[in-house]
Amino acid sequence: MSVAEAHAEAARGFIDVRNIGVTFGRDENEVVAVKEVSINVQPGEFVSLIGPSGCGKSTLLSIVAGFVKPTKGAALLDGKKITKPGSDRGVVFQQYSLFPWLSVRKNVEFGLKMAGVDQNKRLTTARSLLDLAGLLSFENHYPDQLSGGMKQRIGIVRALATSPQVLLMDEPFGALDTQTRVVMQEILTNIWQQFRISVLFITHDIEESIFLSDRIYVMTARPGRIKAEIKVPLPRPRTPEMTDTPEFMNLVQELKGLIREESLAAMAPEIKDRGLSGFGMKVGPKGVGELY
Amino acid sequence: MSNMARAKVVAIPIPTGQIDPERILESTMTSTPEKPQAPVTEGQAAPAPVAAEPEVVPTLSFRTVARSLFKHITRDRIISFLLGCISISALFLVWYLGTKYRFEFYIRFKNVPTPAEVFNQLTQVGLSNKYLVNIAISVKRILTGFFIAIAIAVPLGLLIGKYERVRDLFMPCVEILRPIPAIAWVPMSIMLWPNNEAAIVFITFIGAFFPILLNTIHGVHSLDGVLVRAGRCLGANEAQLFWNVILPGSLPHIFTGLAVGMGVAWVSLIAAEMISGQFGVGYFTWEAYSLVDYPAIMLGMITIGVLGLACSGVIRMVGVLLMPWLAYAPGGRR
Ligand SMILES: Nc1ncnc2c1ncn2[C@@H]1O[C@H](COP(=O)(O)OP(=O)(O)O)[C@@H](O)[C@H]1O
Ligand SMILES: [Mg+2]
Repeated sequence: MSVAEAHAEAARGFIDVRNIGVTFGRDENEVVAVKEVSINVQPGEFVSLIGPSGCGKSTLLSIVAGFVKPTKGAALLDGKKITKPGSDRGVVFQQYSLFPWLSVRKNVEFGLKMAGVDQNKRLTTARSLLDLAGLLSFENHYPDQLSGGMKQRIGIVRALATSPQVLLMDEPFGALDTQTRVVMQEILTNIWQQFRISVLFITHDIEESIFLSDRIYVMTARPGRIKAEIKVPLPRPRTPEMTDTPEFMNLVQELKGLIREESLAAMAPEIKDRGLSGFGMKVGPKGVGELY
Repeated sequence: MSNMARAKVVAIPIPTGQIDPERILESTMTSTPEKPQAPVTEGQAAPAPVAAEPEVVPTLSFRTVARSLFKHITRDRIISFLLGCISISALFLVWYLGTKYRFEFYIRFKNVPTPAEVFNQLTQVGLSNKYLVNIAISVKRILTGFFIAIAIAVPLGLLIGKYERVRDLFMPCVEILRPIPAIAWVPMSIMLWPNNEAAIVFITFIGAFFPILLNTIHGVHSLDGVLVRAGRCLGANEAQLFWNVILPGSLPHIFTGLAVGMGVAWVSLIAAEMISGQFGVGYFTWEAYSLVDYPAIMLGMITIGVLGLACSGVIRMVGVLLMPWLAYAPGGRR
């Protein structure tokens, strides 16, 4: 039985975020980062969170990860309140977060080592995960020897190594170039297809969110609230060809419209009032893509 | 620049044509491992992929042995070595010329022994028990003081760096004691400790302690927070986090502290030996001065220099062995 199969048999996590509010700072420095947000991720579901930058996406993910305590409300994993980080939630960060002093394989083994898993078991698990990521031949390299895309792939399988209930990803491909990013999305759907783990995925890339997700939450500009919830009816497994279908295009249009309003709202009030055309820019529904 | 120079010498089969590092999609689907990418950095330390290439299977012959020797002798290293020789020769030349012509213009070379006299002294004294025992005693004192300093300063530094409260508790003391040079501790140390030996080791310890402590604290502070968060997410508890993330992450700065601390430890040791000592290289040098034995003074000084150099060399070597990843770090050692 492969790691993926073993994992897929285990229970998958159910994330339930209820009426979360987060306020940073005090008095005149007070920043309301998130206001009254309720979201959920069903067991085995891939859910994206999309919204203009600064709207509180990372804050929300940090609450589920256990780094930040909400000012209001609570986040639950399988009915239990989340209070601190733990290996039941795998996290992939936007910044590269591999330990530079460990070899690629030791990085993947890290979580298992912390859990006291014996060396042979660690080795076989890490090897099969690296094989899954197509990076087995790099097991003895150091992270600094690898490209950005490779590092993120290792980050993903490292987070999967401890068989977490859910996978939390904060713009994991944000630092990659467009070509690499497209390939990484395909790899991620492939891995997800095998693990069927619940995923909360943060992005500001519309196509990315549609290609990967079962469901998408659109957030408003700060203070972040949920503006819309969109189901993605595209069949699984997803293939690159699907991005050319009319269904996909329609979803892109729909999301672009929603996001455009919020991106404008996130900017200075003058821009909001006049609209971008007031600055001599031609903004059709497609042109908003240039904003990112 | 040095990477390029080295890459020319190391024989690594670099496939023609660009390898696209992201050409992995098929491999994820079929689960066949990707071909190793041509080593991005120098190949010397890229272990697995090179060994996997069949044509590199080594056959032990004079040629391969010679080649493996030669691959370490790069142009870059030859140049560094030559420049090092020039720099030391220049020092000797000034000394030689100054003593030969008895240079005297404000600085007086009149009583300075010639290199030949010092060399003579070495061949006589150097074989004597007294000189070697003095060296052994100094080295023992240095190592004792230095290792006690490591044992206290590194854990304390990690705690101070990590916990605000520990910092609040210890830093006021540290800030007051730190500006006091180790030499100023000599009288107090003699009063404080039951014997001379303990007093000297203590002064050596004081010298090494603060550089190691402060660099360790700095190491913790400059550790990328995302690594600590990653460690937590992967299930590390507080103790595991210290051992597996914070310590290795601070190690480069700790080693900077060790190198600086070793230097200060020698300064402190020699001063202590000169003032209060029996035995030791510092005592040897001071005794030579009171006996007006000029060549011995010079020999003592050179001995101190060489011992200090050897100690920092050992620290650097241990650092390279313990932190092999630094060879690839951006803006790192090379
Ligand atoms: N630790 C913090 N202290 C104060 N303000 C913060 C902190 N973290 C985030 N914020 C603020 O909260 C808002 C939301 O941030 P974030 O969740 O990172 O947004 P996003 O990930 O959507 O770009 C931002 O305006 C940011 O400046
Ligand atoms: Mg963010």
